[in-house]
Formats: sequence, structure tokens, C-alpha cells
Amino acid sequence: MKRLSRRKLITTGLVATAGASGLAAVKLARRYGLIPPDGGGLYGPGETLTYAAQRLLTRHSLAREFNPNQISKPPFANEVAPLGDVFKSLQQGAFTDWRLTVDGMVARPASFALGELKSFPRRSQITHLACEEGWSYIAEWMGVPLSHILGVVGTLPQARYVVYRSFQPDWWESIDMADAMHPQTIVAHGMNGGELPVSFGGPLRLRVPRQLGYKSVKYITRLTITDSLKQFGKGLGSASPEGGYAWYAGI
Amino acid sequence: MALLVSGVEILISHPRFYWGEAGNVLTAPLFKLPIPASRATVPTGYGYVLPDQNGWSRYLHFQSAWVCVLTGLLYVAFALFQGHFRRNLVPAREDLSGRRLSAIIAQHLRLRPARADESRSYNVLQRIAYLVVIFVLFPMVIWTGLAMSPAIASAFPAAVAVLGGQQSARTIHFLVSLLLVLFLLIHVVLVCLSGFRNRMRAMITGRPAPDMERV
Repeated sequence: MKRLSRRKLITTGLVATAGASGLAAVKLARRYGLIPPDGGGLYGPGETLTYAAQRLLTRHSLAREFNPNQISKPPFANEVAPLGDVFKSLQQGAFTDWRLTVDGMVARPASFALGELKSFPRRSQITHLACEEGWSYIAEWMGVPLSHILGVVGTLPQARYVVYRSFQPDWWESIDMADAMHPQTIVAHGMNGGELPVSFGGPLRLRVPRQLGYKSVKYITRLTITDSLKQFGKGLGSASPEGGYAWYAGI
Repeated sequence: MALLVSGVEILISHPRFYWGEAGNVLTAPLFKLPIPASRATVPTGYGYVLPDQNGWSRYLHFQSAWVCVLTGLLYVAFALFQGHFRRNLVPAREDLSGRRLSAIIAQHLRLRPARADESRSYNVLQRIAYLVVIFVLFPMVIWTGLAMSPAIASAFPAAVAVLGGQQSARTIHFLVSLLLVLFLLIHVVLVCLSGFRNRMRAMITGRPAPDMERV
């Protein structure tokens, strides 16, 4: 009887300590933005561990850049859903009427024409694009750093995520500010020394080189800066978790 | 098991392997598996495409990997602390002589069951196999798995370069997983051959079965 009650005391104590430290860890993680929007549900614990660990390890690290002789020839253009007549007419006009709208938690909401974006400071980088399926290619990407655009519109201090939408209505994603302000996150309009081909996301593609390809959404038309992803879609952060894929794609 | 099933599901989306940094269907593969794929973009020679299971497979793969790594670390920490590796796994010097090794290999090839006194401690082949699994295969599979991550690659570029590139990491990850599966299969077969009930009892309770103690 005595032994049993002591054992009970110890286990209850251990469970209570584990529970309390677990709660404290969750609170701390939430405070430092280490819980992904799809951090609930069956795979939430693993997803949260992955996102938190990678955020702590890779907040400022730079994606690897390669030499021009390492560029994949030819690169592989993944299949895309048909783009429709409106897209085709924009394409016939050399995308001069393509606009990127920036709204949400910004001081000066704006809508930039493609030509305007091309006049912004540009950055060129030779990076690896890996698809979650397992294939990859290396290409040179050229475009405006997202951080520059965010500076032009003046993001408010409470901003935590950037939601970006594609011309294809059911394709939208979001990234946290660590990735949004990262110097290699660019709104790409050029590839391998030329214009960005439509098959690779032209005229505008958000390139997030420290995450897998599906975060680099093609044909982007709108950026929304927000402090919470709850009101977007099902509140899981992007279209990917709604389709069963992780919001954070650093691995 | 979860890692294996989800790993196979992920692999099916692109059953081709490359060497180096980059590889896709326009690149010559190092080798490819003669199976259908879950993506229409992969030329497999099959007229059909399997359903896409990658989303949950990736979630499950990484969650199971966390469980595997955390319990693995606990195991190694306790084992080091208690001297388990030194006592039970590092082979004795005299067991590593050519004659002893060939004798025990011959014994295994004849599928002769272990004598009762032999089943008290691991034999030299078991010791080598366990050490390779714990200190070579598991670290390799974790390392190559992480080396496929673009975020980890940005923080630790050397960990990818040493392997020969991100696609090389994927290929090694696959080959090492095959070795782990092979180990698991042989392990289970040998457990069955040497008396499933007794071995399971020994594994769970940490003691040899009572009827063996009497011998």
C-alpha cells in the first residue's frame, strides 16, 4: 500500500511537471512565433517541432547560391492548370497590364504595374528549387526583393505574415516575416538571363529559396500583410494545408 | 513502420534517383525504380498514375522522424550512461579473429539455433550489426534526410556538399533506408528462428526466459 502510494505520488508529480512545462513551452513558442498555422490536429506536434527548430536554426541563414555552370539545362517546368483567356490576353499585351496589389497592414497600400516593379532595385541569384516530390533544378532568378516592396508600402510593426495570391484563384500561400524580409525572397520577373517564362511562373513569381517549390507561387497578383492567418481560407495559413500539405515547407 | 510507409509513399511521386545537386525528368537518372508514379509528369512506362499521398505522408514522415530521433537520443544517452555499449555491444577482441568470425558465420549459414548459454549475450555478428545500425545507419539516414531540406542546407551548407549535393543526399537516404529495412527483416527472421516467444519475453522484460535459465 505504502509503495503504491509513493509510486502514485511520483508519477502524479512527474505528469504534473511535464504538463506544466509543456504548457509553458507552448506559451513561450507562441510568444516567439514558433507555432505554425497548421500546428493543430494529428500532425501538429511534429509540424510545430519542425517549424520551431528550423526557425531557431535558420532565421538569418542564406540559401546556397551556385555557379553559372551549375544551372540546369534545360530546367524542368512543372505542369500548371490551364490559365484561361484573361491570362492569354494579358500575355498578348506583354503583361504591361499585369499588376501586383499590396494591401493589409501597410501604411500606403499600392498597386504596382509590371514595368514599375522592373524599375525597382533588383537582385539576381542562382539557387536550387526543390519540389516536395523529389526532383529539383538550379536556375538564375532575378527580381525585386520582397523586403524592398514591403519597405515602399510601409508594413506596420504588428505585421506577422505576408499572404500572396496567384492569378489561379485557388492557389495562395503565406510566409512569416522572417522569410518575407529575407534578402533572397524575391518577386521574380527574370530567369536565366531573360524574362521569366510563363511555364516557370511569369510574369511574376514569388521565389522563397529556403522552402520547397510549392511555396514559390506562380503568377502572383496580390500581397496582403496581416498579423493573423485566421481569416484567410480555413485559417490554416495557405491553400497547401487545405490540400493536405504542410504550411511550412523548409523540409 | 510509419517512416517506411510514408517514405515509400513520398518516393512513389518521383521514383527516380540522381547524383549531384539537381535532378528532374529531363536529367539522366542514376537509377530508377520500375514502379508507376503518383505524378503524371514522371515517365514510368505505365499508362496510369497512382493517387497522390504525399501531403499526409510528409506530415507523418517528419512527425515519426521526431519520435524516432528523440527516443533514439534518449536510448543512446542512457546506454552510454549505463555502459550498455561497452558491456554488451562492443565485440571482444578475441572474437574478431578470422577463425572465430568464420566459425560463427558458418554456424549462421547452417541456421543452427543458438545454444542456451549463447543466448545470454549477443554474439559477435549481432554486436557488429547493432553497432552499425546505431552508429552508422541511423545517423546517416537522419543526416541525409536533413540534407534534403532547403532550410537546413542554408544553415549548414557543408552538410550537403560533403554528401555530393541534395540529390545525392536523397539517393543515399533511400539506400540507407533499404539497409535498415534489410536489417529489420533479418532481425525478425532470426528472432522467429531462435524461438519467438522466448525472444519477445527477453526483449520486453530484459531477462532470458525461465526455462532457459534452468538449463
